[in-house]
Amino acid sequence: MPTHAFILNGEQVTVEAEDNLRLLWVLRDILGVTGPKYGCALDVCKACTCHINGLAFNPCSVRVKDIKPTDEITTIEGLPATVGADLHPMQQAWLDYDVAQCGYCQPGQIMAAVAKVKRAHAEGREITDADLDELRNICRCGTYSRIRQAVKAAAQKMTSPT
Amino acid sequence: MAKQLDRRRLLGYLVAAPTLAVAVDWTAALACPQATRAAVPSLPQPEEIFDLGDMQDLAAAPTSGLITVVVNGDGTASLAVPRAEVGQGMTTAIAMMVAEELDLPLGKVTITLADARPELLMNQLTGGSNSMRSMYIPVRAAAAVARQRLVEVAAATWDTDPALLTTRHGVITAPEGQTATYGELAAPAAARTTLTVTAQLKPQSAFTILGTPQGRIDARDIVTGRKQFTMDLQVPGAKPTMVARPPTINGTVVSVNNVAAVLAMPGVTDVAALAHGVAIRAEAFGQCIDAIQVIDVTWGPGTVDGQSDDTVEAQLKAALPDLTTPLSLLAGSVDAEFFFAFASNSPLEPDCAIADVRPGSAEIWSSLKAPIVAQGAIAAALGLPVSAVTVHVTEGGGSFGRHLFHDAALEAAEASQKMGKPVKLSWSRTDNFRQGRAHPMCVSRVRASYALGNVLTYEQRHTSVQTEFGHGLGDMVTATASKLPVAGGLALSQTIFELTQSSPYNFGVTVQALNEIPLRFSTGSMRNIYSPNVACAQELIVDQLAKKMGQDPVMFRRNFLKDQRLLAVLNKAAAAGAWGKAMPPGTAQGIAVHSEYRGAIAVLVDIDCTAATVTRPISDGVAGPRVTRALVVVDAGFTINPRGLEAQMIGGVQDGIALALTSSLHISAGIPLEGSWDNYFYTREWNTPLDISVIVMPSASDSPSGAGELGVAPAFAAVACAYARATGTLPTRFPINHAALGFTPLPLEPSTPQSPTDGLGNAF
Repeated sequence: MPTHAFILNGEQVTVEAEDNLRLLWVLRDILGVTGPKYGCALDVCKACTCHINGLAFNPCSVRVKDIKPTDEITTIEGLPATVGADLHPMQQAWLDYDVAQCGYCQPGQIMAAVAKVKRAHAEGREITDADLDELRNICRCGTYSRIRQAVKAAAQKMTSPT
Repeated sequence: MAKQLDRRRLLGYLVAAPTLAVAVDWTAALACPQATRAAVPSLPQPEEIFDLGDMQDLAAAPTSGLITVVVNGDGTASLAVPRAEVGQGMTTAIAMMVAEELDLPLGKVTITLADARPELLMNQLTGGSNSMRSMYIPVRAAAAVARQRLVEVAAATWDTDPALLTTRHGVITAPEGQTATYGELAAPAAARTTLTVTAQLKPQSAFTILGTPQGRIDARDIVTGRKQFTMDLQVPGAKPTMVARPPTINGTVVSVNNVAAVLAMPGVTDVAALAHGVAIRAEAFGQCIDAIQVIDVTWGPGTVDGQSDDTVEAQLKAALPDLTTPLSLLAGSVDAEFFFAFASNSPLEPDCAIADVRPGSAEIWSSLKAPIVAQGAIAAALGLPVSAVTVHVTEGGGSFGRHLFHDAALEAAEASQKMGKPVKLSWSRTDNFRQGRAHPMCVSRVRASYALGNVLTYEQRHTSVQTEFGHGLGDMVTATASKLPVAGGLALSQTIFELTQSSPYNFGVTVQALNEIPLRFSTGSMRNIYSPNVACAQELIVDQLAKKMGQDPVMFRRNFLKDQRLLAVLNKAAAAGAWGKAMPPGTAQGIAVHSEYRGAIAVLVDIDCTAATVTRPISDGVAGPRVTRALVVVDAGFTINPRGLEAQMIGGVQDGIALALTSSLHISAGIPLEGSWDNYFYTREWNTPLDISVIVMPSASDSPSGAGELGVAPAFAAVACAYARATGTLPTRFPINHAALGFTPLPLEPSTPQSPTDGLGNAF
């Protein structure tokens, strides 16, 4: 079986998997990293959102063979370490606003929100409601208004626009 | 009810155990129907005297005593609660009850979900927004007994009067300064034999935790990815399993034509034909999906082959009873007929279960709101005694009614038995929409008549494809009864309709009745069951009556509402929401009220139906009108956790928006066309109001009302009323975008589509 290497939450990992196996199943079924959730495997619901080299993406729709050994994959489990803290500001904001209901979508929501804020900051601006309207992550419990409050609050604590 | 109980000394048992364990007896605490209010000229309807929650309270009463609070050696308290947690914050609220009566910090209370316990009979059903109402007294009583026992043991040790001791943060302190922690006393306080004791509940005035806003106890686990849902559990040998499914609802397997080829695929270990599909077990879920692309199955017919939206609607209309209210020449009238499409109750987490079936036993893990019924059904299917089937209730990623049934658990058990191996079985997203349970299509015909400033009659004939209540009240007895062809299922649905529906208005002779047609769709309760449809139709008619009688919608409701709590929430909403403010063309406000589960609620929304908003570009989704602001004013009786209540209201608003504007299933040739969340248009970020506020009314009551479903019906109705006022047309078909199919359907076969491979191209 082919071998694939990449950096997962700061650590080099090597897995044996068929080339076309989607990365979500490599994470969940082979490596036992279950923070990214299965919601559709169609790149629609976004419950599995993780980061690749700092950008949000959905591992349900990426073959493991398309991941390079130098690619840095970050799941919700590895997010705090990216800021050297127990919790990323986005996670803390989620607690402050008591965002979660069932919680199933929330790892993906948080990962998507971090990327969205970073992108706005990289463009030298604050996050806007128009940005938040672009988030496609489903929350079937409907806690969208608290998500928006938390993202805006966390954005203030993340590195400000330069 | 709670008032009387609070003043009474409640009975509990110290149960023989290594550390202090208290079980409560609640047999004396039968539900006491609230006195009916003066209701002239309308006679009270059944819901007003005795609602669904009262029925559940009564059903639960004889067995609630088996709920046990344990004080552990590390100073924590724990309780395995016989309810499901599906996102509504039940575990947080229960932990607050324990913490309050024990004088223990919230963080030192652990709540787990109890396995199926058949001896609990009807007291293991999570539904009908009933958990807070039925658990509030017994859980507190157990904790109060535990606290009293700890105090008595400390007093005996110190040879002092227990009345002089105080408890705070899990520490007992004597006037002389001695202290002892609950952890130190947990073993000494344990009973050697079971003893009967009594204790008194704290008065509400002494609460420091109950009634205060608290974050969810599982929030940190959620945001760090540590919270474990069913598919996150590691059960030895339980490998990923998915099911290839037929192209019509409840289709059957005639033959699997290429088993060897499928077994030869990478990772695939087993293939087994089930009742309604072919299960494929593999090393990874992606390999199951691969195999579903390849498997060749000859399918037998389903239960509704040939049925489509239009054929079902035609049958509903044929079954609609004629309105019986005679039209008087002297009276004006409003007649309307409302259509509501099928809607999916699918949560985000696909239906799933782990099953490990051995020759003489079985173990199941799944999010189940009626686990006793699941246990009985699985035992029967496997040919095992109920006692040989262990059913673990897992944390659910949403429910919305779906987890009242155990379809995935039963299927996992069947697959595990046939394969002789443990399985971790997940439905696919497409399965969840196409073969999962749905809220049935229904039509509501309404006639109201009025004269001389009075509404004389209100008649609403609600006709629906039948809703399955096969879970009964959560036990095998009523579940079995509900499956009887005539006296059971239809009678139970009639009972539930009668116990949940009532008109809050003094509209003279009032009739609301349910009629069902027995089409064999897979149906089930969806959050708030009948109320969203019934209340939407009712509130639209109320606005029509107001218009015809020349009154403002809020003033009209003020004039006709029976209930003071509804009047109070209406007035608060109108004031806080600036009812009647000037609005640009194409935008409007809408307001609706609702009373259920002993709660009262008003929802006021602002909607934007301007062309610029409706036609704004959204890829793979629908824009449509946008609710720009929503205000909820809720009186939920005594509010256990205002922050949790607010969350339930926010969720209810989003559900109401979806039901009014965007979310529905389109049935075509025996199956829904929807296959993903980009087909089934639940509220998305681009649909959500930018501003949702919730006002929790102060309540004189000391018992909690049900709240988990309370927000859905009035939110739906308020959005519909706002839409009518913004567009100047009465909407009669819901959701309003149902007529236009807003997506290209995924193929019916393979039943689960292959995953994309271009995800990196969408990274941001």
